[in-house]
Amino acid sequence: MYILKLLWRNAFRHRLRTFLTVLGITVAILAFGMLRTLVDIWYSGVEASSATRLVTRNAVSLIFPLPISYKDRIRQFEGVKLVSWGNWFGGVYIEEKNFFANFAVDMESYLKLYPEFILPPDQAAAVKRDRKACVVGRKLADRFGWKIGDTIPLRGTIFPGAWEFVLRGIYQGRDKNTDETQMFFHWDYLNEALKRTVPRRADQAGFYMIGITSPSVSADVATAIDGTFRNSLAETMTESEKAFAMGFISMTEAILIAIKLVSFVVIVIIMAVVANTMAMTARERIGEYAVFKTLGFGGFHIAGLIFGESLVISMTGCAVGIALTFPAARAFASYLSNYFPFFNVSSTTIVMDVAASLLVGIVAAIFPTWRAVNIRIADGLRRIG
Amino acid sequence: MEETKSPIVRIRNLSKSYSRGSQTIPVLEGISFDIPDGEFLALMGPSGSGKSTLLNLLAGIDTADTGTIEIGGIDITTLGETELAAWRALNVGFIFQFYNLIPVLTAFENVELPLLLTRLSTAERRAHVETALRVVGLADRMDHFPSQLSGGQQQRVAIARAVVTDPTILVADEPTGDLDRQSAAEILDLIDRLNHESGKTIIMVTHDPRAAEKAHAIRYLDKGILTDVHP
Repeated sequence: MYILKLLWRNAFRHRLRTFLTVLGITVAILAFGMLRTLVDIWYSGVEASSATRLVTRNAVSLIFPLPISYKDRIRQFEGVKLVSWGNWFGGVYIEEKNFFANFAVDMESYLKLYPEFILPPDQAAAVKRDRKACVVGRKLADRFGWKIGDTIPLRGTIFPGAWEFVLRGIYQGRDKNTDETQMFFHWDYLNEALKRTVPRRADQAGFYMIGITSPSVSADVATAIDGTFRNSLAETMTESEKAFAMGFISMTEAILIAIKLVSFVVIVIIMAVVANTMAMTARERIGEYAVFKTLGFGGFHIAGLIFGESLVISMTGCAVGIALTFPAARAFASYLSNYFPFFNVSSTTIVMDVAASLLVGIVAAIFPTWRAVNIRIADGLRRIG
Repeated sequence: MEETKSPIVRIRNLSKSYSRGSQTIPVLEGISFDIPDGEFLALMGPSGSGKSTLLNLLAGIDTADTGTIEIGGIDITTLGETELAAWRALNVGFIFQFYNLIPVLTAFENVELPLLLTRLSTAERRAHVETALRVVGLADRMDHFPSQLSGGQQQRVAIARAVVTDPTILVADEPTGDLDRQSAAEILDLIDRLNHESGKTIIMVTHDPRAAEKAHAIRYLDKGILTDVHP
């Protein structure tokens, strides 16, 4: 108790300096937490993926389609429970800045494959009945103020033309990390239009989503599918949904690395700031440490005082920083809901915040401790007066 | 009477020098003397004569180049840093010129500080601290921080801190050097009382002849040589 009291009082002896240092740590922890959360969101697609879903695409590239006839052959493989398919539509709502993901999918099988997209039964029935129907996520509907029955016009980019869809369903995410910013419509609607306008592009799927009976059959099913279509005109590449999502992330790896780097640079900077504070503190208190030594306290005790004080400062900043991360994340989420499906601070991020603060507190105290422990008592006492 | 007392401090051939660049500056040269148990000794001499260095060596906060310092039967020149720290905690009470109290601790907590190194319980520590503060006449200022006390009161707290562990020797480096005449007289009376009533061996460095008058014996240091005669 005595020591804790001493550490606390020492830490706040120079209130302004300590306040500014704590403020610096708070901002650093806040920035670190937000950046780490951003990285987490980047990987959210991977996290949200299911181990019982496989994705089959053209082996050459995702931009090349596969014949729709593959679906019947894929269904026949042992371990395959359900097959769905779709195309990345890439439609633009009014203007480019309103970007959101939109897909033409085989709605019935797709919604079965994705139980995390929760659609009220009446809306699901309405979607089934209407060929021009579309389903959007709750956040996407909120973003544009869409309501059931609204007509949503999209300008086609991959599939040119003016397209209109009727909003028949708004899904909610079952899990915290379910993406609620996507739009789906009937693949048949797209395919029939293509048959009329560009027949050579009809009856083709951009990807197949395959539901399997168990994660353990994943590798066997993938091998069997790809083996079947080897040496065909459209060879396939089948991988788990997680690996498929990781493929997208690897395209933006440089940005991710930059964000991660910046988050660590923030910690290194604050480490230097706290080290400076602790160096000033220890220099000012060299005389006091000499007094402690005169009274019989050893290097271990002196080290405890300096490390303790450094940790009091860094962990105070950490606690305030973490406390502020949650409201900041909520504010961030509301401002940037167009771009990020969610913005949840994970427990891993909090653990990393605490670890970073501990590291800052410890590293910042090393040099001042070394100086204080090694100074001769007589030299230390000479600093007083 | 004092002549018959056995020496608590035995110093033999003690030398100490400092290096300044390539130069070696001798501070103490071959000093040998004894201090009887219960003695109140004043060390005087001009600035730079080596008095504080000698005091630091006696207190075990500096190390000699050659020679031996035996205190209470222990040659402290043979002790390692950790052993010396443990020895200081038990055997030496240090009174500084500038009090050197920890500003964020109350008078009570400052006096309690050396007791943290003992195995005393909280209640026992409290009893010791209260006794020490009562001896120095500050029982009513226990909860005051150093900044709330006068210079004389701060030095009293420092004296209480020095005696709270009941050390073998008390060393005082210019204990009145930062005090007004009235406070200085009170502090000297207190030190004198500790010597008379508790039989503490006190070694005091001072420039002040009035302070030295309180001592039983005065030794002079001049250019590192110890003498009984004012240089």
